[in-house]
Amino acid sequence: MELSDLLIKLVLVLIIFAISLVVAMYSTYAERKVAAFLQDRVGPNRAGPFGILQPLADGAKMFMKEEIIPTRASGFLFVVGPSLAIMTACIGSAVIPWGPQMQIGSRVIDLQVTDINVGILYIFGVVSLGVYGIMIGGWASNNKYSLLGAIRAASQSISYEISMGLSIIALLMLTGTLSLKEIAEQQHGWHWNVLYQPLGFLIFMVCAFAETNRSPFDLPECETELVGGYHTEYSSMKLGFYLFAEYINMFVSSAVMATLYWGGYNYPGMDWVAAHAGPTIAPIIGVIVLFAKIFGFIFFFMWIRWTIPRFRYDQLMHLGWKTLIPLAIANIVLTGVIATLIKNFA
Amino acid sequence: MEPLSNKRKLLEVKPLNFWERAYLPAIAQGLSITMKHFFKKDVTIRYPEQKREFSENFRGLHSLKRDEQGRERCTACGLCALSCPAEAITMTAGERQKGEENLYREEKYAAVYEINMLRCIFCGLCEEACPKEAIYLDGDIVPTDFTRKDFIYGKDKLVEPPLNQ
Repeated sequence: MELSDLLIKLVLVLIIFAISLVVAMYSTYAERKVAAFLQDRVGPNRAGPFGILQPLADGAKMFMKEEIIPTRASGFLFVVGPSLAIMTACIGSAVIPWGPQMQIGSRVIDLQVTDINVGILYIFGVVSLGVYGIMIGGWASNNKYSLLGAIRAASQSISYEISMGLSIIALLMLTGTLSLKEIAEQQHGWHWNVLYQPLGFLIFMVCAFAETNRSPFDLPECETELVGGYHTEYSSMKLGFYLFAEYINMFVSSAVMATLYWGGYNYPGMDWVAAHAGPTIAPIIGVIVLFAKIFGFIFFFMWIRWTIPRFRYDQLMHLGWKTLIPLAIANIVLTGVIATLIKNFA
Repeated sequence: MEPLSNKRKLLEVKPLNFWERAYLPAIAQGLSITMKHFFKKDVTIRYPEQKREFSENFRGLHSLKRDEQGRERCTACGLCALSCPAEAITMTAGERQKGEENLYREEKYAAVYEINMLRCIFCGLCEEACPKEAIYLDGDIVPTDFTRKDFIYGKDKLVEPPLNQ
C-alpha cells in the first residue's frame, strides 16, 4: 500500500469518527426534540436558535461536573468500563460501506475504511464486546443496582444475539457473502434485501433494539427499578461516555440495518444519476441516501422509545427465547425451501 | 348479597389472542397515535417572553393606592392587618405634619407598611376590609428572591407611583 493510500484511509477514518461523534451528539438533541414533539411540547429551545447548541451545553456541563469514584469501587475497572463502552461503539463503523467507489481525478477511492471478507462477523464481535463495558462498569461500581443492571445487560445481550445471528443466516443464504461491501453492491437499484427478507429484518431490528439497550429493552438502566442501572455510580464524563456510547451504538446499528436490509447507498434510479452526475458526484448522492436511511432509523428508534413502555424482565426473556429464536429458525427453513424451489423450477 | 344497583358488570379475563400476543399490531397502533401528536401544535407557553393571561379576578401583588390628587389613601387603621388570616401585614402609624397635605389624605398615615409575601396567602380579605379603598391585589406574581427578609415588602415596593411621574 502506498503512502497516499494510507493517508486517504486515515482521512476517511477521521471523517467517519467525526461524523459518528457529531451524529451521536445531535442524537441527544434530536431525542429530546422528538420526545417533545411526540408529547405536544417544545423541547430544548434556549441554547442558540431552536436550541441547536444544546448538545454543546450538555457536553460542557458533563465536563464541569465533579468526578466521583466510590471508595469501595474497583478503581481501575471503574475507569475501564466506560472507556470500553465508547471504544467498542466507535470501532463498529469501520466495515460499513458508506458509498460506492468515488473517482477524484484519476484516483478511485473506496468509501469504506476496510472491506474485510467477514464484515458481519466483525460487527457481531464488536457488538458483543460492547456489553463488557456495561458489565465491567456495573461490577466495578460495587453497588447492587449497578450489578443487577450489568447482569441484566449480559443476559439480555446473550439472549438476543442468538436470534440476531439466526436472522442474519437467512440473509447470508441469499447473499452468499459476509462482506458488507458485496452485500451492499448486490442490492443495486431497488433490489433491497428487505423485500426478500421481511421477517428476517423484523427479527434483526427487534434484536438491534435489544442490543443497543434502547426502549422497550432498556432494562439494564431501567430507572423505575434500578435507579440508573449499571451507571448509577457514574458521574461526570464517565457517565457521559456511557450515554454517548448508547447513541453511537444506535448510529452504527442503524447503519448496519440500512446496509444489510435497506439497500445501503443504493436507491432506485441510481444508474441514471450515475450516468448524468459523473463518477465524483454520484457516490456523494449515494452517501446522502445512506445517511437519510440511517437518520430514518434513528428517528424510528426514538419514535419507538417514546411510544412503548418497557418490557417486564420475564417478558423480555420470553420474547427472546420462545418467540424470536423459533421465528428466526422458521425463517431460515422458509428461505432455504423457497430459494431451492426457485433455483430448480424457475 | 343483592347488588345495590344493577349496573355491576362482571369482567372476565380473556386470554390474549394471537395478534395481541404478537405485540406488533398494538405497537403499530401506538406508533400511529404518537405520530398524530408529532404534528399537533404544542401547548407550551414560552414563559419569560410569553405570559398566560390572568383571569379578571386574579389576586396578585398588593398595591397601596393614591387618590385622584396623588395622596396616599391609607390611614393606618389596621383593619387589613386584623383581617389578615396569615398575619402577613404590619404597620406603624404616623401623624401628618403641616405641609404634608399633598402626600397623605388623612391626618394619620402609615409611616411603615410591610407585607410578608411568604406569609401572604393572597386571599384578598385585606382589600375587602379596607374602608378607604387603599389596598388592592391587582399586581403580578410575586417575583423570586434569595433571602427571606427580601420578601418583606415595604412601602417602597407597595405604594403606587405618584400620579404625574
